[in-house]
Amino acid sequence: MTTLLWLTLPYVAFTSFVVGHIWRYRHDQFGWTTRSSQSHEGRLLRLGSPLFHFGLLAVLGGHVLGIGVPASWTAAVGVSEHAYHLMSVSFGTLSGLATVTGLTILLYRRFAVSAVRAATTTIDKVMYLMLCAAILTGMLNTIGSNLIGGGYDYRATVSPWFRSLFTLSPQPALMVGIPISFQIHALVVLVLLAGWPYTRLVHVFSTPVGYLVRPYIVYRTRDVAHPSSRRYARAWETAPPRR
Amino acid sequence: MRLMAQLAMVMNLDKCIGCHTCSVTCKQAWTNRSGVEYAWFNNVETRPGQGYPRQYEDQQRWKGGWTLTKRGRLTLRSGSRFKRLLNIFANPDLPEVADYYEPWTYDYDNLLSAPQMDTTPVARPVSLITGEDTAITWGANWDDDLGGGPEQIGRDPLLTKVSDKVKLEFQQTFMFYLPRICEHCLNPSCAASCPSGAIYKRSEDGIVLVDQDKCRGWRQCVTGCPYKKIYFNHKTGKAEKCTFCYPRVEVGIPTVCAETCVGRLRYIGVVFYDADAVLAAASVPDDKDLYPAQLGVFLNPHDPRVVAEAERAGISQEWIDAAQASPIYKLIVDYQVALPLHPEYRTMPMVWYIPPLSPMVDALAGTGHDGEDAGNLFGAIDALRIPVEYLAELFTAGDVGPVRASLQRLAAMRAHMRRVNLGEPADPEIARSVRLTTDEIESMYRLLAIAKYEHRYVIPSAAGSDAHRLDALATGCSLESDGAPGMTAFDVMDDKFHLTQQPADGNGAAAPVDKERRINLLNWDGKSTNGLFAAVPAHDPQSNGAVHTNGANPAVEPIR
Repeated sequence: MTTLLWLTLPYVAFTSFVVGHIWRYRHDQFGWTTRSSQSHEGRLLRLGSPLFHFGLLAVLGGHVLGIGVPASWTAAVGVSEHAYHLMSVSFGTLSGLATVTGLTILLYRRFAVSAVRAATTTIDKVMYLMLCAAILTGMLNTIGSNLIGGGYDYRATVSPWFRSLFTLSPQPALMVGIPISFQIHALVVLVLLAGWPYTRLVHVFSTPVGYLVRPYIVYRTRDVAHPSSRRYARAWETAPPRR
Repeated sequence: MRLMAQLAMVMNLDKCIGCHTCSVTCKQAWTNRSGVEYAWFNNVETRPGQGYPRQYEDQQRWKGGWTLTKRGRLTLRSGSRFKRLLNIFANPDLPEVADYYEPWTYDYDNLLSAPQMDTTPVARPVSLITGEDTAITWGANWDDDLGGGPEQIGRDPLLTKVSDKVKLEFQQTFMFYLPRICEHCLNPSCAASCPSGAIYKRSEDGIVLVDQDKCRGWRQCVTGCPYKKIYFNHKTGKAEKCTFCYPRVEVGIPTVCAETCVGRLRYIGVVFYDADAVLAAASVPDDKDLYPAQLGVFLNPHDPRVVAEAERAGISQEWIDAAQASPIYKLIVDYQVALPLHPEYRTMPMVWYIPPLSPMVDALAGTGHDGEDAGNLFGAIDALRIPVEYLAELFTAGDVGPVRASLQRLAAMRAHMRRVNLGEPADPEIARSVRLTTDEIESMYRLLAIAKYEHRYVIPSAAGSDAHRLDALATGCSLESDGAPGMTAFDVMDDKFHLTQQPADGNGAAAPVDKERRINLLNWDGKSTNGLFAAVPAHDPQSNGAVHTNGANPAVEPIR
C-alpha cells in the first residue's frame, strides 16, 4: 500500500502530467485556452479572480520554498526553524485566505449566475472538485495543524519524500505515519496533477510573459510554401476536385 | 522605406439604404454558430445612435485604441504592457455580452406541441446563452432608424461632444447609416494588445487575423480594439474577428458584404504604404493631424520610384497594376472624398467612408430650396453646422475642414451632372470651385454612380502575390509536387466559379442577352431613343424607322 500510494501513484501522476501536456499541446492547440467567462459576468469576477489567482501564485511560491528547498539550506542562510515556521504560517495563512475567498466568490458566481453555469462543462466540475479539495486540505494543514495545532514539521517528511521522487531514489516510507490531513492533501494534489492537462488548467502554461518584450505589431506571411505542415492539410489536399 | 500592400475598402454612405443585407450575408457566412450568436463582423448602425456595442465610441469607458504618453510616445489606452498583464485575471475594461445584446431564439416547438387550449400558443423568447426564458431588452439594431426616440439618440457619445452647442430637436434631426467592418488598421491596437501574439497582420495584403490555434483567450484584444470589432467566442474561448473574407479575396473576388451590397456602395482595392512611416504618423501630437498624417503614409503607385520599390519588395506586377487601378486610391487621394473612421484612435484604419451629402440635400429640399443647385448646396454645407460637425467627430477628429471639402466635391458633382443630364451648358466654375477639373468630376461621377463590378473591386489574387516567392522556390519541376496546376484549392475554385475567366461585362451571366444593345438610363441624354426599346425584327419594316432613329416622342411607339 505504501508503495502504491507514495511511489507508484506519484510517478503515474507525473507521467500523466508531462505526457498529457505534450500530447495536448501537439494535438489540441485550438482547445488550449482559459475559456474565460468574463463576457457573461464581470463584476464578481473582477473581485474574485485576482484574489484567487494572486493568492494561488503566493501559495505556489510557498510550496516551492517549503517543499523544494531543504531545511538545511534555509538553516545555512541563518533562518531558524522558528523563524521559518512563523513565516510559513503567516504568509501561508494570508495567501491561503485570499485564495479561499477568491475561490468562494468564483464558485458562487459559477453556480449562481445562470450564464456562467450554462458555460460549465462536466470536466470543469470535476476539476473544481479536485481543486477545492486540494486547497481546503492545504488550508487545514496550514491553519489547523500549524497555526492552531502544535505545528507539524513537514520539512522532515513530506519535503524529502517529494524531492526524493525527482532524484530517482524514492523514499515512500517517509510518508508513513504522518498526519492524515497531510497524507490526504498530498494524494489529492497528485490526482489533480494527473488530471491537469485534460482541463482548462493548461492555461497556466501559456502565461504570456513574452508579451513584455515582443514588438507591438506582429506581421506574418501567408503560409503557402509549407501546406503539408498543417494539421488538416492532408484532408484538404487529397480531396478530388468535384465536377 | 518598407513598402507594403494593403487591401482596403471605401464605403459611399450616400448610397447606404440601411437594408442590412451586408450584415445578414456576413452573419450567414461567418458567425451563424453558437458562441458568436451576438457577434456581427459587419453591422450597420443608424447615426446619430449608440452604435453596437452600445456606446463603443466612449473610449473613456472602454479604453480602446492608442493614446500618447506625456512624453509623446504611442501607448495603448488600456495601459502599459506590464499593467495589462497584471489585469490579465480580470480585464477591467471588457464589454460583456449584455453590452452588445443577449442573443435569443423563440420556443417554436411550443407552437406545435402545445395541447389544445382556448388561447393561441405563443413562442416565447429563450436566451441562447442560458437556455432560459428571457425578456428582450436590446438587440443588434435596437435604435435602427432612430428607434427608441430622443431618449436613445441622446446617448450617442459623439453627440455629447457637439451638443453643448446644439439642442437636438428630434423631429428636425438628420440621420444616416454607417456600415462597419473591421478596419484592418495599419497600426492595429488589437494585435498590440494580444498577450499571446495570436493576432497578426498579413504582410502580403494587410488583413488582420486571429490565429485560432495561438489565441489563449486573454481577451485583451476586445478592449484594445476601439471599434469593438473583436468578439470573444464564449463557447470556444477564443477571439474572432472580420477576416476581410480572405478566402474570397485571395482568389480575387470581393468580400461577402461588398458582393451582396444592394446599394453597390463598397469599393475594394490595393493601397501601397510605407510601413516604416506608420509609427511616426500615428504619433502626431494633434488628433486633427492624424488624417493628413495617414495620407502621408500612402504611396503613389504611379510614381516610378514606388513601382521600383514595390518590385524590390517582391510585389508582383498584378498587384502593382491593381494598386494603380485602385478605386480606393482614387477616392482617398485623387478625389479626396473618402475619410477615415475615427482617426483619433490612432490605429490608422483602412476602411474609409465618403460622408453622406443626403442630410444636406434633404434639409434644403425640406425648406423649399433647390437641393441640387451648387450655390445652395455650398451654402447649406456651411449653414447646417450640426451635421457637418457630427460628421467631423466621426471622420476627422472634429476638424470640419476635410468634411466640408469632401461634401463640397460631392455637391459639385451633383450640380455638374444635373446640368449635363438636363443638357444645360457645363459651368466649369463649379468644378474649379472644388479644385477639380470637369473631366475629373465626371470620372468621379462614373466611379461613384455607375462603376461596374470590375471597377469597384480591383482585387489581385493572392496567387499573384506569391509568384515571386514561388519562383525562388522552384528548384524542380513544379508538376512533380502536390501543388501542381489543377490540384490546389485555387485551381479547384477557379474551375468552379470561373474566377480567372471574367465575363467581359461585370454583370456577367445575370445580364440580359441583348444587354450591349440596350441603353443605360443613367447615361441617357434624354433625346436619343437608340436602344431604348427592344430590337425590332427585320421583317417588320413599316413600324420602325422614324421613331427609332429620329428620337420622336416614344409615346407614339405602336404597340405590337
